[in-house]
Amino acid sequence: MTALALKMRRGWRPGSVPLLVGGILTALLIAIALTSLVWTPADPTRMRILQKLKGPLVSGLLGTDQLGRDVASMLMRGAFNSLTTAFAAVAVGAVLGTLAGVAAAANHKLDAVLMRICDALFALPPILSAIMLGALLGPGALTAIVAIGFFMIPVFARVTRGAAMQVWAREYIMAARMAGKGTARITLEHVLPNISAQVIVQVTIQLAMAILTEAGLSFLGLGLPPPAPTWGRMLAESQTYLIQAPHLALAPGLAIAAAVLGLNLLGDGLAARLDPRRRQAS
Amino acid sequence: MTAPLLAIENLSRDYALRGAGGAIRSLRAVDGVSLDVASGSIFAVVGESGCGKSTLARIVMALDRPTGGTVRLGGDDLFALSPKALARKRRDFQMVFQDPYGSLNPRHSVGRIVAEPLHLLDDAPKGRDRAALVARALEDVGLPAQAAERYPHEFSGGQRQRIAIARALITNPKLVVADEAVSALDLSIQAQILRLILSLRDRHGLTVLFITHNIGVVDEIADRVGVMRAGRLVETGTVREVLDHPREDYTRTLLAAEPTLAALGQRRRRA
Amino acid sequence: MLAIRNLSIAFPRPGGEARVVEDVSVEVGRGESLGIVGESGSGKSMLSLATIGLLPGSARTSGEILLEGKNILAMGERELCGVRGRRIGMIFQEPMTALNPAMTAGEQIAEGIRLHRGTGRAEARAEAMRLLDRVRIPDPARRIDSYPHEMSGGQRQRVGIAIALALKPDLLIADEPTTALDVTVQKEILDILDDLVADLGLSLILISHDLGVIARSTDRTLVMCRGRAVETGPTEAVLRRPSAQYTKDLIAALPRRARAGLSAEPALAAGGAR
Repeated sequence: MTALALKMRRGWRPGSVPLLVGGILTALLIAIALTSLVWTPADPTRMRILQKLKGPLVSGLLGTDQLGRDVASMLMRGAFNSLTTAFAAVAVGAVLGTLAGVAAAANHKLDAVLMRICDALFALPPILSAIMLGALLGPGALTAIVAIGFFMIPVFARVTRGAAMQVWAREYIMAARMAGKGTARITLEHVLPNISAQVIVQVTIQLAMAILTEAGLSFLGLGLPPPAPTWGRMLAESQTYLIQAPHLALAPGLAIAAAVLGLNLLGDGLAARLDPRRRQAS
Repeated sequence: MTAPLLAIENLSRDYALRGAGGAIRSLRAVDGVSLDVASGSIFAVVGESGCGKSTLARIVMALDRPTGGTVRLGGDDLFALSPKALARKRRDFQMVFQDPYGSLNPRHSVGRIVAEPLHLLDDAPKGRDRAALVARALEDVGLPAQAAERYPHEFSGGQRQRIAIARALITNPKLVVADEAVSALDLSIQAQILRLILSLRDRHGLTVLFITHNIGVVDEIADRVGVMRAGRLVETGTVREVLDHPREDYTRTLLAAEPTLAALGQRRRRA
Repeated sequence: MLAIRNLSIAFPRPGGEARVVEDVSVEVGRGESLGIVGESGSGKSMLSLATIGLLPGSARTSGEILLEGKNILAMGERELCGVRGRRIGMIFQEPMTALNPAMTAGEQIAEGIRLHRGTGRAEARAEAMRLLDRVRIPDPARRIDSYPHEMSGGQRQRVGIAIALALKPDLLIADEPTTALDVTVQKEILDILDDLVADLGLSLILISHDLGVIARSTDRTLVMCRGRAVETGPTEAVLRRPSAQYTKDLIAALPRRARAGLSAEPALAAGGAR
């Protein structure tokens, strides 16, 4: 009865607005990142000292930096670099975390061990650990991916474990056991399909986190090495020229904000749309 | 009398509970239960919540192990079988659950759900044969064969329970355990499902262990009944014996508490 | 006491509206117990929500619900707050979710007494004890300091009734109050409700899917199906001589045992029919 009332209360389907806005922002981000591979207004690494620190629209769409590089082009290539690092990191975190989560939900003994490991991982601050990792592996894409991805494992493990445990309590799991199916098979056939929505939502939210963390790492010089442009380093380098050329800080700052906002809205919208409780009524 | 299909002897199940201060105390959910179910008959276990009837069902389905006693199905002690032999034996007993919304995986088609227990057969039919078997199972429970293509959310509670019954019957089991299988349904649907179970018993010679809290349902469907309380079977007999001439006080209390239309006209009135 | 006249409830939905209650009229007198019976989706719960002004915001209503002449549907939120609890008490299906898990039974009962009647702490506690005694909770002196999770389902439901009684309402609405309980506990709870009607002169609206419950605890019955009132009348008349096919089907669907009383003639030849 209440589900019916809830369903009827809304004209829009749940999460329509955040889904639309988040979807557009995210699609734009991915489109810009991919375009940068085949076309940018100028070569993002080419320095033209004579053209340095020009304002927006004076030289190029978003002006130039202290070395005369085209900011718009750097921003586009930076989008690609940020996104690939974030995607790779989230892939590591999502795959390993989900594996740990469903394993913990399926096996009581594994559960205790895996969750204690997750607690330990949670306790380590990602940025500080990345600095240590950077010292160990040297700065670069791999360091960023490992550092970010590693610290997402417990996030995914917790989310999937909780969701999987709810699925394990359902009667259709008992029916599957009556059909003689083992833990691995039940996990594959019954648990994973029923927690996929939560994993997808978590992926979008964690992508936003990853972009933010990646920007932080490259701000500290632990991301991709120069001359590859990254949003974090653009921010770092803009500090010296904050008064003369504020556009140098604004451009990557707004780009990071837009990307994070877009992914978060997308995650919220998907969460509302994919929520099986709300969907079941339709 | 021929040997019973299901013979439960002195069955007990203890659970360890961690009490206050980490002390472990033991809870006896099932306490020395013995009962026989003849082939082709319906045996109802009736009792209130926490009486151990669901634990009993889980053990008979070998989803849980007893701490004492035996469960024999067709002469084989379920808990003396090797895991492999038990897996082979599972085709002979299946289960229908209470919640028709929770017992079907929402992401699987009805055809896939109904076919799931075929996993138990070494020579499970494939392709067209499998589809034909699923279609026959669906028609057997009064659903159209085309239902196989659809998904659980497209069906009502009663139809879903029919799907669950089709799933339980696809391996041609000898015994079906129904755990509160009609409790979540509206009355009119409940009556339909009870009639379906009776007709399946008559057509296929099915044996049913029917777990319920509802005495009205016991009266409708069962041949014999066992009344359970606090893990023990307090009274067993034919439905007529137990419901019409209860020997135990608890059975009488249970019978008297049941709301019936006999209460009409006996209502206390104010002046 | 309460008169529902031509009540319709609908919810907007894409491409029209869904009508969950359609043109229902029914009355409850003082000291009378009205049963509302129907299967899931019959609109019986929506009817009770409307009566305490708790319909979801998007609901569109027409008709009126008159509580001693005043239309509840036309009341503002402030006025409704004076009705809920004080005039109309509500008893829920699952008392665990209706009780505050962080407060003891006594605190929850006393809270209402103190808020609405401005009595002191000690006095409210004494009143809470009296109410627990009235709902026949075993060992009330101990239970008054128990938390909901320390009690059984039946005890929690008794506390739920005591909370509703604390505000001295004139009408109680009980929506499937015993559906989650065992039959022996159900009987005890229904006995309590019967006594409240008989001894305190409370009016009761008892919503149930169980004709047996309706038969034993109500004077008049409203049978609902898909939002419509199928049949209304004295409970005994409706169940012994149903006029609507739907009511006949409902009775026919009952297990034999639950129907058993019908074959026998009434003990006192319809002496209580109104």
